[in-house]
Amino acid sequence: MSEEFFIQGNEACAKGAITAGCRFFAGYPITPSTEVAETLARDLPKVGGSFVQMEDEIGSAGAIIGGSWGGAKSMTATSGPGISLMQENIGYAFMTETPIVIVDVQRGSPSTAQPTMAAQGDMMQARWGSHGDYEPIALSPSSVQEFFDFTIRAFNLSEEYRVPVFVMADEVIGHMREKIVVSDDIEIVARKRPESSDNYLPFENIENGTTPMPAFGDGFNIHVTGLTHDERGYPDTNDPETHDKLIQRICDKILNNKDKICSVQSKNCEDADVVIVSYGAPVRSVVEAVNKTDKKVGYIKIDTPWPFPDEQIKQLCKNASDVLVVEMNLGQMYYEVERVLKDSNVHLLGKIGGLLPTPDEILDEIDKIGGN
Amino acid sequence: MSQEKQNRFIPYLREDRLPHIFCPGCGNGAIINAFLAAMQKAQMDFDNIAMVSGIGCSSRIPGYLKCDSLHTTHGRALSFATGLKTANKDLDVVVFTGDGDAASIGGNHLIHAARRNINLTVICINNNIYGMTGGQISPTSPKGSFGSTAPYGNQDTPFKLAELVAAAGASYSARWTTVQIENLVTSIKDGLKNPGFSFIEVATQCPTYFGRKNKLRTPTAMAAVMKANTVFKSAADRMKPKDLEGKIVVGEFANHTRDEFTENIDKISVEKSGKKTLINSAYESEL
Repeated sequence: MSEEFFIQGNEACAKGAITAGCRFFAGYPITPSTEVAETLARDLPKVGGSFVQMEDEIGSAGAIIGGSWGGAKSMTATSGPGISLMQENIGYAFMTETPIVIVDVQRGSPSTAQPTMAAQGDMMQARWGSHGDYEPIALSPSSVQEFFDFTIRAFNLSEEYRVPVFVMADEVIGHMREKIVVSDDIEIVARKRPESSDNYLPFENIENGTTPMPAFGDGFNIHVTGLTHDERGYPDTNDPETHDKLIQRICDKILNNKDKICSVQSKNCEDADVVIVSYGAPVRSVVEAVNKTDKKVGYIKIDTPWPFPDEQIKQLCKNASDVLVVEMNLGQMYYEVERVLKDSNVHLLGKIGGLLPTPDEILDEIDKIGGN
Repeated sequence: MSQEKQNRFIPYLREDRLPHIFCPGCGNGAIINAFLAAMQKAQMDFDNIAMVSGIGCSSRIPGYLKCDSLHTTHGRALSFATGLKTANKDLDVVVFTGDGDAASIGGNHLIHAARRNINLTVICINNNIYGMTGGQISPTSPKGSFGSTAPYGNQDTPFKLAELVAAAGASYSARWTTVQIENLVTSIKDGLKNPGFSFIEVATQCPTYFGRKNKLRTPTAMAAVMKANTVFKSAADRMKPKDLEGKIVVGEFANHTRDEFTENIDKISVEKSGKKTLINSAYESEL
């Protein structure tokens, strides 16, 4: 039996987290994400979980990494200013291969800008926000249902690959109310504990790149550091080979599994003259625009902006003469599409100010491009 | 040949990580020794101890001890420790930090962890200087002392950490120095046993940087000055502020019982779910 709820996006995110097994949340109030924290403050104690309101976002990111090593699936939720503050500790989580989920309900930016208006200005922070080389996973929901589903998938991916996963929502999805259907048959990925401490290496260079992870207190006596470390976790900061192997593995464990991680949805791309590429809330207008027009227009909805679905984009755009990227910034994922489709005409409809691009605005842009 | 006597604390060390990185004359060795002695006196189960640290010389200590250890980002150890302790309330969580780590970049986390009275034991090794980056002044550098970023003498007034943490709400706060090891051991033992936020500041010598920049080149010279400047709190309470300038006041600044953060979380969990908060739930596929 499945259940139906009519709820707000941020509440659906919190519900998804609890369904996925999240039992620790640390956060700091920030519009427009606060209802995620408020819902979990109310609901986590009902399922044996812990909620902590931290002193700031830096502390929130630190606390969830500590919580994860303490054996709890852990999450925080924030918006642009908060995600900026969290970046150093997010980099630490990549370096120490700590599974955490970071929800970013994006708002107008930079700085404090537009707290109650939607934007997609943090997409590159999710990709490159911390210093150094690493490969993040990010999911972008376009509906309240997807905010629920993608939060669960974020936990599953973070456990499977021992990696921080971003859920890149926005103010529209966070604050809108829609019906969601919760099935009673949802796949949950539990953390894998190493079988024995004999010869166990917490950061082993194994084939698929991801080693099982014990909790603190399990008796493995492991050392976890953000310094470059060997397979035991011991600092080894001056050997170029140790660093190269570690960082390559941290990147490759994601890149080599792109076929399992990347996800897009598409319509009418095969014989389209113009393919629209979008993600998150603007997809809602894109779908309407495509349904409304008689022109040969298709669309690709990117579920997973990171790692970027190069192959899917290439494949679905191969017959199009023009590609239009629709996003709520002045061009972020646009440059990724341009990178992948080197020889195509890639156009941008980048709208800032806080309002969704409308279907008519999208169709006007198609007219300008000259789609048939 | 007589058999070499092994130090009784060797079993607690990651011997495969030796030699350590600490300079000759550093106080960290004496403080590790004091911690392990206190841990035994408190009859703690070493296997149940998890350590967290930030960045700096003092924060390297957990890496040499054979327990679960989280060597985190600069200043943030207490936030990681807050998450770790909250996620698993059965662990005994110990934090090693320094004056730069805890009182400068991590000052906000320090006062809030104390305010929550979360059950952590924090050993703050105060050498009055940034050692790992080469001798810059810290928030506890005495007024007028020299550092590589204070070539004309430090103009800032230092924090009094043990007093600050007591005022922020910690149920245990104390200060000792590396020349009062017995008091230090007793204090760490009391801190470990206190079911709340315990802060033990240890004034220590850094001959390599503080000493070299302040005409105290040897550890013994530094220890002698530290000893001469020490005033017990009971005596200090009767002294005028002017007479306490440049002195190191040692003793307890807080030692009382009050409600503890993670116990409060457990109470709410019991009220709302009928059970204490779950431990190691990440490993379960059904909850």
